[in-house]
Amino acid sequence: MIQVQELTKRYGDFEAIQGVSFSIGKGEIVGFLGPNGAGKTTTMRILSCFMPPTSGSGSIAGLDLFRNSLEVRKRIGYLPEHPPLYPEMTVRGYLFFVATIKGISKREQKAKLSKAIEQCGLVEVQDRLIGRLSKGYRQRIGIAQALIHDPEVVILDEPTIGLDPAQIIEIRRLIKSLAGERTILLSTHILPEVSMLCNRVIVINRGKILASDAYEKLTSEMDRGQRLHLKARGLDVERLRSLPGIVDVQSEDADSCLVEAEQGKEMREAVSRYVISQGWGLLELTSKSLTLEEVYLRLISESEGYSA
Amino acid sequence: MKGLWAIARRELQSYFASPVAYVVFTIFLLLSGYLFFNALLYFNLFSLQASQYPWMAQQLNINQMVIQPHMHNFVVLLLFVIPLLTMRLFAEEKKQMTIELLLTSPISVGQIVLGKFLAAFVVFLGLIVLSTTFPWIVSAISDIDIGPILTGYLGVILLGGLYLAVGVFASTLTQNQIVAAVVSFGLLLLLYILPFASNALPGPMAKVISSVGFAEHFEDFTKGLIDIPALTYFLSLIVFILFLAKQIVESVRWR
Repeated sequence: MIQVQELTKRYGDFEAIQGVSFSIGKGEIVGFLGPNGAGKTTTMRILSCFMPPTSGSGSIAGLDLFRNSLEVRKRIGYLPEHPPLYPEMTVRGYLFFVATIKGISKREQKAKLSKAIEQCGLVEVQDRLIGRLSKGYRQRIGIAQALIHDPEVVILDEPTIGLDPAQIIEIRRLIKSLAGERTILLSTHILPEVSMLCNRVIVINRGKILASDAYEKLTSEMDRGQRLHLKARGLDVERLRSLPGIVDVQSEDADSCLVEAEQGKEMREAVSRYVISQGWGLLELTSKSLTLEEVYLRLISESEGYSA
Repeated sequence: MKGLWAIARRELQSYFASPVAYVVFTIFLLLSGYLFFNALLYFNLFSLQASQYPWMAQQLNINQMVIQPHMHNFVVLLLFVIPLLTMRLFAEEKKQMTIELLLTSPISVGQIVLGKFLAAFVVFLGLIVLSTTFPWIVSAISDIDIGPILTGYLGVILLGGLYLAVGVFASTLTQNQIVAAVVSFGLLLLLYILPFASNALPGPMAKVISSVGFAEHFEDFTKGLIDIPALTYFLSLIVFILFLAKQIVESVRWR
């Protein structure tokens, strides 16, 4: 659905993105992950035909981003970082305006307008002025604006930024409900969001793609071995470290530690038996997979040239 | 085309959603009304004197003494008013980042620029229509030649079109409304005063310079002439400046 090759965007001497290539299949929800200034917004602006790259090419639904720009724009819903709203308009008036410039015919307008308003939970505020609404509502209007013309591809730049936890959950539910028929690319630096919403993660830093894979695959690939969280009264980290098959033990506080095992080895049994044999009071022993946070930090720090 | 109308309609709505249009209307009508009243008073005084001197009475011409100055007042008043009407058009879109919505929608930049120009033009026309009440009143109580009034107003409309185009252009340059207003005011003033140099310059240069300014072309209309070169001057300059504005808006794409 979305394909880009070797995108590079230069602002003067500064290269915002360098040689970015990826492809996204139909119906996928892909998370675009990276620290601030990594090039997420630049990439999304190129995909939404806001601006062309310095070099490289891309296509959406088989249409070239630059030669068929108008056709591509009909098929894309784009929520920029700042929702593009006119404070002096009512919610309904604004969405009506967007529907018109997105080229929706008069006949369909009413139905699509109602659908978007309902889908984004704007029914009770539809006749209010946008300028008087809270940030959460504005964000939802921004999303409604991106969905109103039933686009095949939806690009959301940080859709949950600045929202309170309840609103975040709502927006995520909304995004999830869009899955299936639509292809979604969303950027974020909130990591749990990615693991909750996305089939796939693209990690970007300093304008370069570091990884692009399914979330589970990414975390297991980075995983060097099994990791156990151990909590035991009277624990002695030094003695535990001497246990064969254990690579590293990091103590967290007096009673708990993180145990890293050799790759491919099941250590839970051995560790628990050892703890009992030492006479420590076993309180907790859980297997931990690498969190996205850790993968992310590892990728980012590796790309910056030092290890985590 | 649908996009163009949508842009124009939205822009018109937002003119009247803020106090700007109302304030501009009020001040403009107040000032032009006062100036018109002045011209009438002057004419009145003159005709009283003329009753004593028959040769003077022959020179009395209400078109020349009241209507023509009325048209000329527009040149100066609109110079102040139109930058206020146009400053918001693109500067605000840039500041609020709503320009991203417009540029990622399936409409051309030409439609965006024309739509905005059209909206401002409609507001301006409203202003002009309201200002026709002054000549209306005079025509009801005196013997007045309607022809020069019509051509004069055609001239005012073309002049306003030029001012608006320059204002739209200035608004594309910045995201600061004040800067946009100052730039359009400066450009328009420059076009106005450019011919001033023609007195001091040698023949051909003087001709060129005075025909670049709009005063000379506007003059024809107030005298009751529809002059093809003047018409061409205004229309081509409007199209050219709007084209420049379109290029500037589009330049975010290749910058």
